[in-house]
Amino acid sequence: MTTLLGTRPTGSRSGRPPHGPPGGPAAWLRDLAMGARFAVTGGREGWFRTALSAIGVGIGVAVLLLACSAPTVLDAWHGREKARENLGQLHEPRASDRTVRYAQADTTFHGEPVRGRLVRPDGAHPPVPPGIKRLPGPGEMVVSPALRELLAEPGSAQLRARLDYKVVGTIGDNGLLGPRELTFVAGLDDRSAGEAYRISRFGKLFDPQPPSARLVLLTVLACVVLLMPVVVFIGTAVRFGGDRREARLAALRLVGADIPTTRRIAAGEAVVGAVLGLAAGLLFFLTGRQAVGAVTLWGVNVFPADVVPSPGLAALVAVLVPAASVLVTLFAQRSVTAEPLGVVRNRPVARRRLGWRLALPLTGLTLLLSLAWDPQAVVDDWFHVVRLALGAALLLLGVTALLPWLVEAVVARLRGGPVPWQLAVRRLQLNSGAAQRAVGGITVAVAGAIAIHMVFTTYQAGYAQAYEESARRPVIQLSGGTSDGQGTRDALATLRRAPGVTWAHGTVRASAAPAGDRGTRDPDGYRSVRTAMVTVGDCAELRRKARIGSCRDGDVFVTENRGDRATDPAFVRPGVRLNLNPPEGYEVTGPPRPWTVPDSARRVQGIRHPGEDLPGDVLATPGALSPARLQDPTMELVVGYDKAREAEAVERIRTVAFRVNPGLRELSAIDNPHDRQYDGVRTALFLGAVIVLLLIGAGLIVSTVEQLRERRRLLSVLDAFGTRRATVGWSLLWQTAIPVALGLALAVTAGIGLGTVLLTLSGAEVHLDGAVIAGIAGSAAGVVLLVTLLSLPPLWRMMRPDGLRTE
Amino acid sequence: MTPDGSILAGEGLYKTYGHTSALDGADFSVHPGEVVAVMGPSGSGKSTLLHCLAGIVRPDSGSVRYDGRELTTLPDAERSALRRTDFGFVFQFGQLVPELTCLENVALPLRLNGTKRKAAEATAREWLARLEVDDIHGKRPGEVSGGQGQRVAVARALAGRPRVLFADEPTGALDSLNGERVLTLLTDAARDTRAAVVLVTHEPRVAAYSDREITVRDGRVRESLAGL
Amino acid sequence: MSIGHTLLGLLESGPRHGYDLKRAFDEHFGQDRPLHYGQVYSTMSRLLKNGLVEVDGIEAGAGPERKRYAITDAGVTDVAQWLQRPEKPEPYLHSTLYTKVVLALMTGRDAAELLDTQRAEHLRLMRGLTERKRQGDLADQLICDHALFHLEADLRWLELTAARLDKLARAVRG
Repeated sequence: MTTLLGTRPTGSRSGRPPHGPPGGPAAWLRDLAMGARFAVTGGREGWFRTALSAIGVGIGVAVLLLACSAPTVLDAWHGREKARENLGQLHEPRASDRTVRYAQADTTFHGEPVRGRLVRPDGAHPPVPPGIKRLPGPGEMVVSPALRELLAEPGSAQLRARLDYKVVGTIGDNGLLGPRELTFVAGLDDRSAGEAYRISRFGKLFDPQPPSARLVLLTVLACVVLLMPVVVFIGTAVRFGGDRREARLAALRLVGADIPTTRRIAAGEAVVGAVLGLAAGLLFFLTGRQAVGAVTLWGVNVFPADVVPSPGLAALVAVLVPAASVLVTLFAQRSVTAEPLGVVRNRPVARRRLGWRLALPLTGLTLLLSLAWDPQAVVDDWFHVVRLALGAALLLLGVTALLPWLVEAVVARLRGGPVPWQLAVRRLQLNSGAAQRAVGGITVAVAGAIAIHMVFTTYQAGYAQAYEESARRPVIQLSGGTSDGQGTRDALATLRRAPGVTWAHGTVRASAAPAGDRGTRDPDGYRSVRTAMVTVGDCAELRRKARIGSCRDGDVFVTENRGDRATDPAFVRPGVRLNLNPPEGYEVTGPPRPWTVPDSARRVQGIRHPGEDLPGDVLATPGALSPARLQDPTMELVVGYDKAREAEAVERIRTVAFRVNPGLRELSAIDNPHDRQYDGVRTALFLGAVIVLLLIGAGLIVSTVEQLRERRRLLSVLDAFGTRRATVGWSLLWQTAIPVALGLALAVTAGIGLGTVLLTLSGAEVHLDGAVIAGIAGSAAGVVLLVTLLSLPPLWRMMRPDGLRTE
Repeated sequence: MTPDGSILAGEGLYKTYGHTSALDGADFSVHPGEVVAVMGPSGSGKSTLLHCLAGIVRPDSGSVRYDGRELTTLPDAERSALRRTDFGFVFQFGQLVPELTCLENVALPLRLNGTKRKAAEATAREWLARLEVDDIHGKRPGEVSGGQGQRVAVARALAGRPRVLFADEPTGALDSLNGERVLTLLTDAARDTRAAVVLVTHEPRVAAYSDREITVRDGRVRESLAGL
Repeated sequence: MSIGHTLLGLLESGPRHGYDLKRAFDEHFGQDRPLHYGQVYSTMSRLLKNGLVEVDGIEAGAGPERKRYAITDAGVTDVAQWLQRPEKPEPYLHSTLYTKVVLALMTGRDAAELLDTQRAEHLRLMRGLTERKRQGDLADQLICDHALFHLEADLRWLELTAARLDKLARAVRG
């Protein structure tokens, strides 16, 4: 609404106006400075409002800074891993004074993964990974501080028995990914000789794998979903207590400030909140960073020092947040005109248009659905990633834009009801701006949280299902290099003696190619060839793999039902000539090792045990094929256990296995690591949602109390003619509850919608965690209640007859 | 009813706010159907007297008897209930709930008393007609003129058929023509319903609509003999 | 305005010569209309005749009039009645009311009560006019309004005076 008064330069008639005609940077600066002064003067309440804005913006800024740190964190993490690792060199170096034999000895203790590496220097000057002064000798190890603590715990007897090395040192921080990492480096002995390879240096790691579609989806979504609410929230936070500020601007208009001036003053005030918010955000970030070291998420634990915002992005935050706060303020001022005698909201407004508000989420939805044709493309193409991010962002933004329309549309249709309800509804019909602003923040945050949550729940459900299936069978599979059949027999004997073990089976396996097949070389130089799986074991072990009937040492069998392996080993049949040294890999060593499947080999039906490997294409007794002839023979052990007989059965088996060969890998799904991560994510989402809700609640209280104060006289009148306090109290509750309920309904709808679309995109089945949605809705209800409760004492105070005094 | 026939009587009312004495031993009484003007300069204690008589504030000492009941010892909730059922109020300004329509504003006290919405709004409609503002029933207070708004307020005060109507500067914000019309309607309606009216004003022309006036000065009441 | 009552009132604080009376009168009430000696003599002789004053003494001297007047009990009563009696509300009443107030203050009477009495009388008349207006036609209403506005102005003056009584009392006595 522009009035004649508003467009006329003030003070043109007489005297010097408090604010001269607009123009020039000096006027700008003066007005901004004046606004800034208003932000910090104005008594306790003024400070409260400014502080609230600053805290709100601060939380947003802290999250933004954290997000800006993600690239550096990942870089640092990868850098640390690379610096201490060598997964094998293309051309294995020759033994020298400067080489070391290296093997992996990872283990798991009570579900916690422990990274283990084994080293045996070939000479006096071996390479040493960072964080370690001297490589440990045989029977020695160096441990990370966290592992040292874990070893010292009373419940860690099995771990102490497993890592039966003398601790000779502690790994320094530069040899760790994060302060809580459990890792050790121990001396390599003959037990793991089959696992070891020779390296001449550390600091070699494959480049990070291209992320999976799911990961890309999650990352992009997390960024958008986390940052959108932050942006909206910052927009809300800078306007905490806005009504009061507008009233002050009206007073300024009375003394002659023109509209552009008041806008600049408002902007100045917002800048102070934003700048204080930046400072608060930095403080929150630095404080929160210290806590980062104690947190392990998705197996990622990082050093606080690694959490450094990337300078460019941080600078962007520092510039954009104040700029955004000014823009938001100016945008808000657009619909509000501070007139000398009060604030004129553009009322009666033309009904809020549905068109563009609906267009936003629909465009977002369309963008997302357009990806559905080819979900895999998300991984390959940045254009698709941008579409995904933009789609999610538009959908969430659309929710915020849709809310005012929804509140208005719904509230306009409400009528009747008891007096408190009527009062609340009518109030919302007349002016629901402040409530909508606050609730808009809730809506987008909750929608985002629900969407993230759904995606997690679903992925989680997938993992959980898989784990549940495999964990139903109390079985541990172990796998590791071996040189002959005897090692396997010994290992089985040892395992069978372990308490809690009910049974144990094991074979040696390797692959074989058709004799004479040289395979093909791909452009990278990697040679691949058709292979068949050869399993060597005693008759007793082979009987578990197939229905072989009678068996004597020296027998060979060919399985018929080989399942759906990628490379079809159809070439396997009795009498076929195989090459036991298949020409696979970048470098093929040694001559072909021919072996003929005897013509006498019987065709048998293989037995598939759920959760275990396929039986193999050729089953041979050691008498027919010595494991020593195989290339890279692997022993595959399957151990059954009974927790009823021994509670620590799993840990005992692991310990026994580790002592047989530290290099044995466990291939089982006993501890679902995702479970705890899931809980962590859930807790974090929940906590985040609650913090946002509480903050918005604080903003709501401010605006409610301001509204009450404005209506002090009316409240006194209501009291005078005998209105029960409860009546007014209830109307306050409804007044907050109605927009929050609408916002939540919208948020839940949008969140579930977004989640469903995303999950459909990645081809996953949709799962909903009702408890979390109920929890978030419950927290919102709690916040509404809290806001109302905290508004009651001022309400009681203002319902006193003091307000009736006209003097 | 009190022995002397008055429906509401205050005796020896004292009230101080902080160190300021607002009422300093004030006496007052009003009969059914009587319009009493309470006059006096600003800050003399007129409004405080009204608040004490209406049970909005409790005097520090003294008694307020309404229809045989002592108001000063009545619990807060009962005084509130009494104000809902037996009293009506008109103030100078800012008394209409801005979000409610004029009709809903008039119906509000009835609804607070438990009357069903339809019935309350029907009664409200009658009173709006009586106060000659039937045409604005669907408008909000912000959309009507001061005079219309004040008539709505009077309608609201009378709609509950109060036995005592308290009017605190009811025409203070109106021009004289509007003010006189509102006063005429108010006093006529009150006389019709035999409601006692306590009319606080500092304007002689408003007081002239009363049957009798009293003057509050420095917290004390001076009854003007001439009126009796 | 009653000069007689005014002079009587002035005498209440003590006997005075005619000349003193004129000076006191002019000082308090004669802002725009000083009293002539002649008026004093004629008024005093009327009051003497009515027994409201008496001659307190005659001083020897050159001047023509050296009589000192004192108020009698009857005079005091007369002043009191005059002060208590509300004036009939009429335009330009305030000079009389002003005189009354000042005199009441000078003679230690309750000026506030005087004002209240007058207010009540004004309101009584206004109430009558208002009643007439409610029942009358437009002409009646206009006539009544004219009167009401004047009465209202008087009442405002009464209010203001009432509010400033303390100040006025100090000025009159001091």
